[in-house]
Amino acid sequence: MRVEQISVFLENKAGRLAEVARILAEAGINIRALSLADTSDFGILRLIVNDNNKAKEALKQHGFTVGKTDVVAVEVEDRPGGLHRILDVLYRSNVNVEYMYAFVQQSGSNAVIIFRFDNLDEAVKVLQANGVPVIEGEKLYAM
Amino acid sequence: MIHDLEFETLPREALQAIQLRRLQAVVERVYAMVPFYRSKFDAAGVTPADIKTLDDLRRLPFTMKQDLRDNYPFGMFAVPMDHVVRIHASSGTTGKSTVVGYTARDIATWSSLMARALAAAGTTRGDIIHNAYGYGLFTGGLGIHYGAEKLGASVIPISGGNTKRQIMIMKDFGPTILTCTPSYALHLGEVADEVGVDFKELKFRAGIFGAEPWSEQMREEIERKLDMSALDIYGLSEVMGPGVSVECIEAKKGLHVFEDHFIAEIINPETGEVLPYGEMGELVFTSLTKEAFPVIRYRTRDITSLNPEPCICGRTHLRMNRVSGRSDDMLIIRGVNVFPSQIEAVLMEIKEVEPHYQLIVDRVGNLDTLTVEVEIGETGFSDEVRVLQTLEKKISKNIKEFLGVSAKVKLVEPKTIARSEGKAKRVIDNRKY
Repeated sequence: MRVEQISVFLENKAGRLAEVARILAEAGINIRALSLADTSDFGILRLIVNDNNKAKEALKQHGFTVGKTDVVAVEVEDRPGGLHRILDVLYRSNVNVEYMYAFVQQSGSNAVIIFRFDNLDEAVKVLQANGVPVIEGEKLYAM
Repeated sequence: MIHDLEFETLPREALQAIQLRRLQAVVERVYAMVPFYRSKFDAAGVTPADIKTLDDLRRLPFTMKQDLRDNYPFGMFAVPMDHVVRIHASSGTTGKSTVVGYTARDIATWSSLMARALAAAGTTRGDIIHNAYGYGLFTGGLGIHYGAEKLGASVIPISGGNTKRQIMIMKDFGPTILTCTPSYALHLGEVADEVGVDFKELKFRAGIFGAEPWSEQMREEIERKLDMSALDIYGLSEVMGPGVSVECIEAKKGLHVFEDHFIAEIINPETGEVLPYGEMGELVFTSLTKEAFPVIRYRTRDITSLNPEPCICGRTHLRMNRVSGRSDDMLIIRGVNVFPSQIEAVLMEIKEVEPHYQLIVDRVGNLDTLTVEVEIGETGFSDEVRVLQTLEKKISKNIKEFLGVSAKVKLVEPKTIARSEGKAKRVIDNRKY
């Protein structure tokens, strides 16, 4: 019930993001979802791709610092109140969200939200107990 | 104004006779009291009895900063601890700082020499001295302080920091002499501007600035912006502290070395060969009168030259020119001595980062800034911003704790720090002196 996410350290200077995109393109990696957290000095690019190991190797070869983290992907109805319902469930169960980002599936009716939790196992249990659909990694990479 | 007319204007022959007598005494004393010197002299095949002329000083081995570190903390003291009344130390990681001691007589000597230095800038009993050198283990604050009291001037022991309050005190107390680092003097000028205080309306006559290298351009800037005469003072804790040499207000051209207490030499830092007057090289000091912590041919790593020409002020003591650089990689940041190896030692203690780093020194406004760029590898990397920012803060805090200097820490990608021939360029100093 977990999804692998890779994260890349980026200095806050021109061309770094483009460089990552170029390396991934050359390695034939397809990006499923991404988010960029930034401070005045550095950024952390988080990516869900179709082939984590290949992406990680390609980036490392080019000198990037790359990390791997487990996150949770959740399907949410693409309509008002969809997100609120999930966050409410988590809040009531005292599950903290470190960060999250979302994307809308090509097929249309559902959105996917990626959550990074402090306590992943506990979070998955809470989500499932409340009938929130959690997506398998394999399914997400192939979307 | 000459504080000690007799000793500061001694004819050269008489001065040299005093130097020789004192040199013989100190060499004999360190040989008897400090195992380090005894074994060094023995290894060099020289005994105190061999010192028959001042030229024989050259037969004695040099003392390096590393020797002081090796004998940390009190191994170089030449008196029992119950004779030591004061201890100072340079900043540094544990085991790496240099510790110096003073007997009551050393403090009296130091106070007299600082009184001479203050008088050379025209300070008299009636003056109020605003002393913004740091008080503490650093010799700057207390050195000036005791000299000011010895001279009979009033001293405001304001120490460093809290600049706006300093400006208020300057306005209210009307100090006439300013003592601090030259960069802090300029910073005071800027802050005064911000709070609408004009230095021209303050009562300052002169400032005595030291503890970091500065230039003639900075002198002009300070004199223009702060409306006072700006003089250079030199000293280092290993030799005594401030008051080893100072400029006279009459000439403002080179710093008179108080030669009845110190012998200055200039050497080629590569070969150790003594260079003639006028040639640039590394400054070496031998203390002649210190009891607790005498130094024999101590290599300061400061690069300058000596000028024996008579001075219009009447002092017969020769002058050293402004320090123009270092023969090692020491940086002086806001008056604090920083070696890249000390930063490295701090980084080595933090397992999350690679020991690949670069120091970027700059001057923003008039204050030195230190940025430490550290490469972040997989060990310390996290997908969470908070974790990386905590890491930056931790490094910065450790540097502050161990070295006493504030640094901004910036994580950078691996291999971004330029490596030339496998050896990283550790320091980029963008300051202009």
